[in-house]
Amino acid sequence: MSKIAIIGNGISGVTAARFIRKNSMHEVVLISEESEYFFSRTALMYVYMGHMRWKDIQPYERGFWKKNKIDLIQARAESIQFDKKCIQLNNGSTVNYDYLILATGSKSNKYGWPGQDLSGVRGLYHKQDLEYLERCSSGIRRAVIVGGGLIGIELAEMFQSRNIPVSFLVREPQFWSMILPEEESKMISRHILQHGIDLRLNSQLKEINGDEAGKVHSVTLDSGEEIKCDYVGLTAGVSPNIKFIESSEIETDRGILVDEYLRTNIPDVFAIGDCAQLRNPRRGRRDVEAVWYTGRMMGECVAQTICGEQKIYDPGIWFNSAKFFDIEYQVYGQVPSKMTDDLESFYWAHENGKKSIRIVYEKIQQTVVGFNLMGIRFRHEVCEQWILRKSTLDKVLEEIRLAFFDPEFYEDCSAAILENYCKKFGKKIEATAGWRLDEANLFLNKNNQKT
Amino acid sequence: MSTFGIKILQKGRNKMWSVVIGFSGFLMLVAATYDLLPVGLFILVISLTLISCGIILYAYEAYRDVPEGIKNNHNFFNSLSSRGWLGWLTGMVLTGFYILLYWFPEYLGQGDKSNTGLVAFFDPLSQLLKKQNASQWFVYGVLYTLAILIMGVKFIWKYKHSKYQLIRTLSVIFFQLAFAFLIPEFMLRLNMPYNDFKNMWPLNYYFFDGWHLQEMMQNGNIGWLMLIWGVLMIVVVSPVLTYFFGKRWYCSWVCGCGGLAETAGDPFRHLSDKSIAAWKVERYLIYSVLVFSVVMTAGVLYSFYSGISSIAGVNTASLRSIYGFLIGSAFSGVIGVGFYPLLGSRVWCRFGCPMAAILGIQQKFFSRFRITTNGGQCISCGNCSTYCEMGIDVRAYAQKGQDIVRASCVGCGVCSAVCPRGVLRLENGSIDIFDRGKKGRNFSQ
Ligand SMILES: Cc1cc2nc3c(=O)[nH]c(=O)nc-3n(C[C@H](O)[C@H](O)[C@H](O)COP(=O)(O)OP(=O)(O)OC[C@H]3O[C@@H](n4cnc5c(N)ncnc54)[C@H](O)[C@@H]3O)c2cc1C
Ligand code: SF4
Ligand code: SF4
Repeated sequence: MSKIAIIGNGISGVTAARFIRKNSMHEVVLISEESEYFFSRTALMYVYMGHMRWKDIQPYERGFWKKNKIDLIQARAESIQFDKKCIQLNNGSTVNYDYLILATGSKSNKYGWPGQDLSGVRGLYHKQDLEYLERCSSGIRRAVIVGGGLIGIELAEMFQSRNIPVSFLVREPQFWSMILPEEESKMISRHILQHGIDLRLNSQLKEINGDEAGKVHSVTLDSGEEIKCDYVGLTAGVSPNIKFIESSEIETDRGILVDEYLRTNIPDVFAIGDCAQLRNPRRGRRDVEAVWYTGRMMGECVAQTICGEQKIYDPGIWFNSAKFFDIEYQVYGQVPSKMTDDLESFYWAHENGKKSIRIVYEKIQQTVVGFNLMGIRFRHEVCEQWILRKSTLDKVLEEIRLAFFDPEFYEDCSAAILENYCKKFGKKIEATAGWRLDEANLFLNKNNQKT
Repeated sequence: MSTFGIKILQKGRNKMWSVVIGFSGFLMLVAATYDLLPVGLFILVISLTLISCGIILYAYEAYRDVPEGIKNNHNFFNSLSSRGWLGWLTGMVLTGFYILLYWFPEYLGQGDKSNTGLVAFFDPLSQLLKKQNASQWFVYGVLYTLAILIMGVKFIWKYKHSKYQLIRTLSVIFFQLAFAFLIPEFMLRLNMPYNDFKNMWPLNYYFFDGWHLQEMMQNGNIGWLMLIWGVLMIVVVSPVLTYFFGKRWYCSWVCGCGGLAETAGDPFRHLSDKSIAAWKVERYLIYSVLVFSVVMTAGVLYSFYSGISSIAGVNTASLRSIYGFLIGSAFSGVIGVGFYPLLGSRVWCRFGCPMAAILGIQQKFFSRFRITTNGGQCISCGNCSTYCEMGIDVRAYAQKGQDIVRASCVGCGVCSAVCPRGVLRLENGSIDIFDRGKKGRNFSQ
């Protein structure tokens, strides 16, 4: 029996702990600074908005940890002596280990803006950031958000739920246009405006101005314009939270470098989740992927490796989802923001301006490689199978109904999509598959391809 | 001030007015209870209209110019919906009303020959519908139906992003208005026995009572129709529909208790207890009630046909009255609805209803219904679990990519409607009935 220490009780660390317990009787210690119990970082916004209480965003009951013999220590790891296999904590004590898993997550980016450390200026990542925001909230007459990513738009929605006017600074010409294709990006920009947010496209922050007491009172943009505000949310992305070991012998780049088994350069030390950077990511995937499910997958994978069944980390085909105010977004496979030379896409948008689908395919072979969906839900497995089976665009459209995952009684857009497709490409194609679960199941069971 | 700010202020003012309007209607009912108002159809209609308009205006203000989407902002800040003082007050008022209704109707004005107070206030409406004076049950029926109707309208506005919710709510409104209220009232007017054609044993626990069987058998064709339909519902209609659609066809599309929970109870749905301990209590309680109701019914039937009033020394009539008191009144009424603001809206359906227990067993083992989860998209946020009125920890399944097959799920679809990642879908499928919920689709392989 070995002793396994895990630093970080986010989704990665917790999944690793759970699966080590599932697979073995190793001793497991989970060290984390931020909170006593695991919570869903993705749900922070809902606590602020009053949809849930803190306890509701904790996926496991308190008794769970004891029952599963996972020891919890709430403290910060200050440094690690890898040669002695020993962690120093900020409470003065030390923890020894046989195996160490680093799962320290991310931290908000700060790009050295003047005034970024004033009071009333903060990112949104940790529990403490939310508590800080809550303390400030009653005094905010206007908030400014810097950085148009997923956390930025969540923060905008949070402010709006408290009736706090928001100015939202986005550097790009449209919201999230580094990731989203132009039409989708425009759709979301429009949607943000419809929600009464003062969206500033092509706007960069120049400096944040404070009063004598060190409190923010306005921001200045590149254009010279000044916006008065009482709070500035910094949401220009996140980066691996690895400062405390950067100067040690562990190899790092942006994150902690790991191989395909999630091993670092130091024996018996692994890194997973947001803080890990893959040396050789799989084709079509990036080296640092700060999303929820990759943390989960890595946690499970590393647990297996430590428990004796060496396992290569393989996240399969890229997927992700988000929500922009009221528009749900899903992506499966490869969807570049600008089509490359060998890729083309078929795009259909609903006339209500809140729904669209985009199917990306290879120009020559016509094989489908990706899906981008706004306001329409597709079945994950079906999209994945289409991509794995290298289905052609025609075939996918014929079978399109298999993918619909919208709730019962929702508008069935498949006819409109097909009509539009036929018109655009001068083809005659009819839907061959139905939208019932049974048909989707039959399709999925038919020589199910593994990644 | 910005237009945004003005809009918020305006909204606040309009909402305040709607509260004043609704409350004045309610105060009229209170005044009537103390005989402070003259009795007349006109004044009754004014009172009920004020209440309805107040609530509808409030809902209109709250949802009219907001885009479609999830509307749960401030639920845990609002005193009414988060067990604050308003929640407790509402709970106490409701509970008090139920206690009077079941056990002390004379305080509501129920009289042997003629009524006073609140019951008398409803006499004119009762006369209009069925040419008889009102009873406390008539008052209750009117208020109940009205609650489903107007809170149903509010519910539809709130969930306007979900067509499933729209259709389902229209369905419960229809069944309450037509089947539970109007049809029985008209039948009484035509001197036929009272019958709610959608109410089924064992929820309708008096169905096999001697007096009820006799009443049906003595009423010619229509009586026999009621009897046969009642039995058909139990042995044919309900199993078949549950096989195809799960218990939702009844619990969240048809049933009156469910109807009230889904509409008037909606502001409290997140207060249901999600702990594993509560799930344990649930299983013990609900199946105990089921056994109790079967034993009680068997005893009553035995006595009816044999004429022997006790089995093994237990008097069947007293068994029946214990059931009526404990389960029929105290549990389903006083706790079931009175405690909405404290324990959530489905306390009765979850812990007590024997009908739900039967449908649940069938749903778990032999039905096409399940909630499927969309691959690896769940972000474990917990909205689904929080807003499940049945206290099901939906997230625990969803994050494993497992179908949700739970006896207690009433198929309200709210978990699916509030999931910010579109992970959940209520579905019926025939080819994998016995595999539902078995395997987690694990995307880390
Ligand atoms: C507001 C917000 C919304 C998001 N929404 C989504 C979404 O919708 N979908 C999605 O896929 N992803 C989303 N993400 C990203 C997702 O939450 C992260 O990818 C995920 O939480 C990373 O998990 P992790 O376990 O790697 O790290 P974390 O969750 O960051 O956990 C790391 C833990 O380690 C602790 N720690 C760090 N250093 C030390 C130390 N030295 N000693 C002790 N403890 C330490 C930290 O305090 C932290 O508690 C969101 C993130 C945020 C902030
Ligand atoms: S699991 Fe979903 S559909 Fe079932 S009762 Fe709960 S919220 Fe309703
Ligand atoms: S199923 Fe949806 S609502 Fe439930 S935890 Fe997952 S993402 Fe959240």
